[in-house]
Amino acid sequence: MTGIVALYIFMLAAFTGYEVIAKVPVILHTPLMSGSNFVHGIVLVGAMVALGSATSPLEKSIGFIGVLLAAGNAVGGYAVTERMLEMFKSSGARGAAGAKGKH
Amino acid sequence: MPDYFSAAALIQVSYLVTAFLFIMGLKRMSSPVTARSGILWAGAGMVVATLATFFYPGMTNYPLIIIAVVIGGTIAWISGRRVAMTNIPQMIALYNGMGGGAAAAIAAVELYRGGGMSGTEATLAVVGGLIGAVSFSGSLIAFGKLQGLIRKSLRFGGQQFLNLLILAGAIVCGALIASGINASPMVVTGLFALSLLLGLSMTLPIGGADMPVVISLYNALTGLAVAFEGFVLGNAAMIIAGTVVGSAGTLLTQLMARAMNRSLANVLFSGFGDTGGAAAAGGTVSGSLKPIEASDVGVMMAFAQKVIIVPGYGMAVAQAQHKVWELCQLLIDHGVTVRFAIHPVAGRMPGHMNVLLAEAGVPYDLIADLDEINSEFETADVALIIGANDVVNPVARNDKSSPIYGMPILNADKAKNVIVIKRGQGAGFSGIENALFYLDNTRMLYGDGQAAVAQLIAAVKAV
Repeated sequence: MTGIVALYIFMLAAFTGYEVIAKVPVILHTPLMSGSNFVHGIVLVGAMVALGSATSPLEKSIGFIGVLLAAGNAVGGYAVTERMLEMFKSSGARGAAGAKGKH
Repeated sequence: MPDYFSAAALIQVSYLVTAFLFIMGLKRMSSPVTARSGILWAGAGMVVATLATFFYPGMTNYPLIIIAVVIGGTIAWISGRRVAMTNIPQMIALYNGMGGGAAAAIAAVELYRGGGMSGTEATLAVVGGLIGAVSFSGSLIAFGKLQGLIRKSLRFGGQQFLNLLILAGAIVCGALIASGINASPMVVTGLFALSLLLGLSMTLPIGGADMPVVISLYNALTGLAVAFEGFVLGNAAMIIAGTVVGSAGTLLTQLMARAMNRSLANVLFSGFGDTGGAAAAGGTVSGSLKPIEASDVGVMMAFAQKVIIVPGYGMAVAQAQHKVWELCQLLIDHGVTVRFAIHPVAGRMPGHMNVLLAEAGVPYDLIADLDEINSEFETADVALIIGANDVVNPVARNDKSSPIYGMPILNADKAKNVIVIKRGQGAGFSGIENALFYLDNTRMLYGDGQAAVAQLIAAVKAV
């Protein structure tokens, strides 16, 4: 990928990120922060490539820690975001679920 | 991109799909109706990208990669499933720090190896490594503070100057490496050591109340670090996802700071947020505190047209949110209109109270934020304040000498009756007397949050 193409990608992605969440309501601030935290867990693929190309023991050790941390970011970010968003339900959905859950 | 044989092409297409799924996922996460599916979309994107990367040309060390993924993933999964909803903010900080650390680790592998990088690539590796390392150590401090492991805010004269000095040192190391003048392992070690130190010294002076804004900022920074390392590795998925998070995170940081009535510069450089010292200020409050019995409140609420509940973090600390929802359901059965009024700073970070209420089973359409609900207090028969204090204090509107003057508040004082559930007499978290408690239409219901609400439930049932 040439430098200028990379810059185009960078610019367009920056606009996209801004536009995508521009109208987010306050009630979703915490889950959305957690969700975007999950998305940068994509660093996992980079860490895998770095460890996959490591040769010296030092490179391997750092690469191993990198993959370990990145996997934690991705998996942990998903786990907490999913738990939070799973609980957001409207009155209609709640009524249906509540009727089923009552003993 | 070197060759166009099938594995490489497949990986490129997979990354394209991942970028699409991430952006759609984030888009869906910004509305409560579609939010749940949003994380599933983004999760699918992550799986696609991770699987595709196993076919990356020239990869070795597969056993190490798999062991690291399994260990890191398992620990994070277990901790993420088990953490209490009240502790979510610090877990976000922790996972975010791990991402920053991973970005720094990628930079470290590339820089210790040395050679084979163009000047641009080396520069981006250095900048991404610096930002990633700051985000790593800074996020760990944020985690420690919110978890209660670090209680003190370390402050001393010349602190900002020292931080500047550390940053300058890191930049010098980085410039030496990027320019190729001296890219020896010692200079690389210096770069990372100074960057980690900078994250520590930047975050230590910031008080717990401001941590959400700081975590959000580090979240954006980790995104940027990931994007920069993506450039170095020629990985489009990392560039796109990292940049999207970088810009979305910056916007979110500004929104949060605004919701908390703080500017970002104020949070980072003024070194307060403990709201200490301000306690002495504030004018005298006239009137008296008028107690009320739970049975009377029960009757009042059961025959009301509209009840607005104002929860604060105190409610979550008392674990009263389930009881509160039980009370609301009873009132709804009595034909009462019930709404929840959420101040942006209720909870540990903006939106956190909504998560806590959602956990208790409160549907999101009963929950309104400040702008939506403030005009409705005038038509409410009862405003029930539970665990909230400063966010309903009318002095913020009219007392210029008060430290909270100018902060947007919920107009609970406009309701016909105001009931305040409170453990005892005395000022709130910030030490500021609350004029609301002394108004003619306010009654105090003393007691532990959970016990008091249980009494109210019994009282409404008895009606």
